[in-house]
Amino acid sequence: MNMLKGVTIGQHYPADSVIHKMDARFKIVMILLYVIALFMAAGPISYGLMIVFAISVIICSKIPLKFIIRGLRPILWIVGFTLILHTFSTQEGDLVWQWSRFSVYNGGILRGVMMGLRLILLISITSLLTLTTTPIDLTDGLEALLKPFKKIGLPAHELAMMMTIALRFVPTLIEEADKIIKAQTARGADFEEGGLIARGKSMLPILVPLFISAFRRADDLAMAMEARCYRGGENRTKMKELKSGVRDYLGVISLSLLMAIMMYFRFSKLDSWTALL
Amino acid sequence: MSILLEDVHLTYSPGTPFSADALREINLKITPNQIVAVIGHTGSGKSTLVQVMAGLQRPSSGRVLMDDFELYKKNSDRRLLRRKVGMAFQYPEHQLFEETVEKELSFGLQKQGRSIDEVHLQIRKAMGFTQLTEDMLGRSPFELSGGQMRRLAIASVIAMEPDYLILDEPTAGLDPAGRDEILAGLQAWQRETKKTVILVSHSMEDVAKLADQILVLANGKLLMSGSTREVFSRGAELQEVGLDVPQMTSLMLALRNKGWDIPPYAMTVEEAYQVICEYLGRVRP
Repeated sequence: MNMLKGVTIGQHYPADSVIHKMDARFKIVMILLYVIALFMAAGPISYGLMIVFAISVIICSKIPLKFIIRGLRPILWIVGFTLILHTFSTQEGDLVWQWSRFSVYNGGILRGVMMGLRLILLISITSLLTLTTTPIDLTDGLEALLKPFKKIGLPAHELAMMMTIALRFVPTLIEEADKIIKAQTARGADFEEGGLIARGKSMLPILVPLFISAFRRADDLAMAMEARCYRGGENRTKMKELKSGVRDYLGVISLSLLMAIMMYFRFSKLDSWTALL
Repeated sequence: MSILLEDVHLTYSPGTPFSADALREINLKITPNQIVAVIGHTGSGKSTLVQVMAGLQRPSSGRVLMDDFELYKKNSDRRLLRRKVGMAFQYPEHQLFEETVEKELSFGLQKQGRSIDEVHLQIRKAMGFTQLTEDMLGRSPFELSGGQMRRLAIASVIAMEPDYLILDEPTAGLDPAGRDEILAGLQAWQRETKKTVILVSHSMEDVAKLADQILVLANGKLLMSGSTREVFSRGAELQEVGLDVPQMTSLMLALRNKGWDIPPYAMTVEEAYQVICEYLGRVRP
């Protein structure tokens, strides 16, 4: 029954902080820069910087660290899997352990840890975006950023609208799934017993009603939008215009700097994980 | 044999800005063989309370005992619990998923590990509640009308013959005819099996007609509990927390305010008629 708790992706966490007040457009750009920087990071110093940066942003956002960690729980098994895969498949550095065909090198462990860290940082910083930005601001920001691509036929407004709707319904569907799980439990369903196939089959009483309700909701929503004469795109005005200020420019500048540092470290080979071997 | 709640508290999402107290200091006892109605304003904690009773929502603190069997204790036997209590949520027809009506009805029974003969017997019994004919057993539940789907979903819980049948607003969104059918079916089932039915309801008329005992919730606290008569005779207090009383009860209250010396309760039109005639006979002989 508790399998759906702690899904924080797409959830908004209201607070009064610098990060919350930032312009959504700039926040999206900053996240992009951070992700690029993260993939450029090549060694212990770079990773250290990335971690320090992420933690200081989280502190600035006034979102409890506990909340972010809880959101990471669903991806922990992916992190674990990455760690194990890298540990066993990388053959660099010194051999530390061997048993028949399995061998572990210290380079593999190091690489696994770094990949795991990369995933954790990626998820925590991107979830920070939805946690600190209301879905409406987020889509407005996205739409503004996609506008230039309208010239080549990209339906920016429609795409943004689809994203808002998707984001908006994540918590609703989670709630719905929670209710269905409880209801089927009350009818005698058991989701925690049996082998893999039995467990897979036991998901059916959840999935069928969940899909039906999702389609019904989509239908209702489409009908309601049409009944209010919704027409996307052209000539729509916004109730709240996005405003950018000094803090947004400072944010983008500092992230560009961070990215530049990561690139410098990577291409100058000043900071490399092989140095640890 | 009873459901006992001792000092139950429940807080949703503790430690986040969404934290909300759903239940506070709930102490109550539900004795068997009766229909218990849970009433309260939207957000008063009715649904949460019945979910706690059904063993689906762990309270933050406090004890829940069902026939001396402690729910929410570590290692408590969930199977036994599922045999004792059955629950249908709001809009239970949204939980239908099987290919045929028959499979839908046998879902819970099979999970309980009953024999084939027993399953068939229980299905036949439950079909009475659905008011569907035997030849509908092979149909898809999604071909049924809204009211039929609702009855089928409730019947799939009834088929398991729980000692405690919990229903969260079983008549929400139905037309008056559909509502009466379900309530009459429930009442008949309760009289026949002598089990306990707990239902959350918004309609005071339904509650007045059906319930033996009423629990009134306000802001997560138990405001009143007692027999239907006891609770509705405190109609003025109910109106204070924004709850309705049955129309006839509010008529009685209005007449009392005009100085009529009559009892403050009357559930049905017939009862009100008698009370008024009796009073008029007294004052104008």
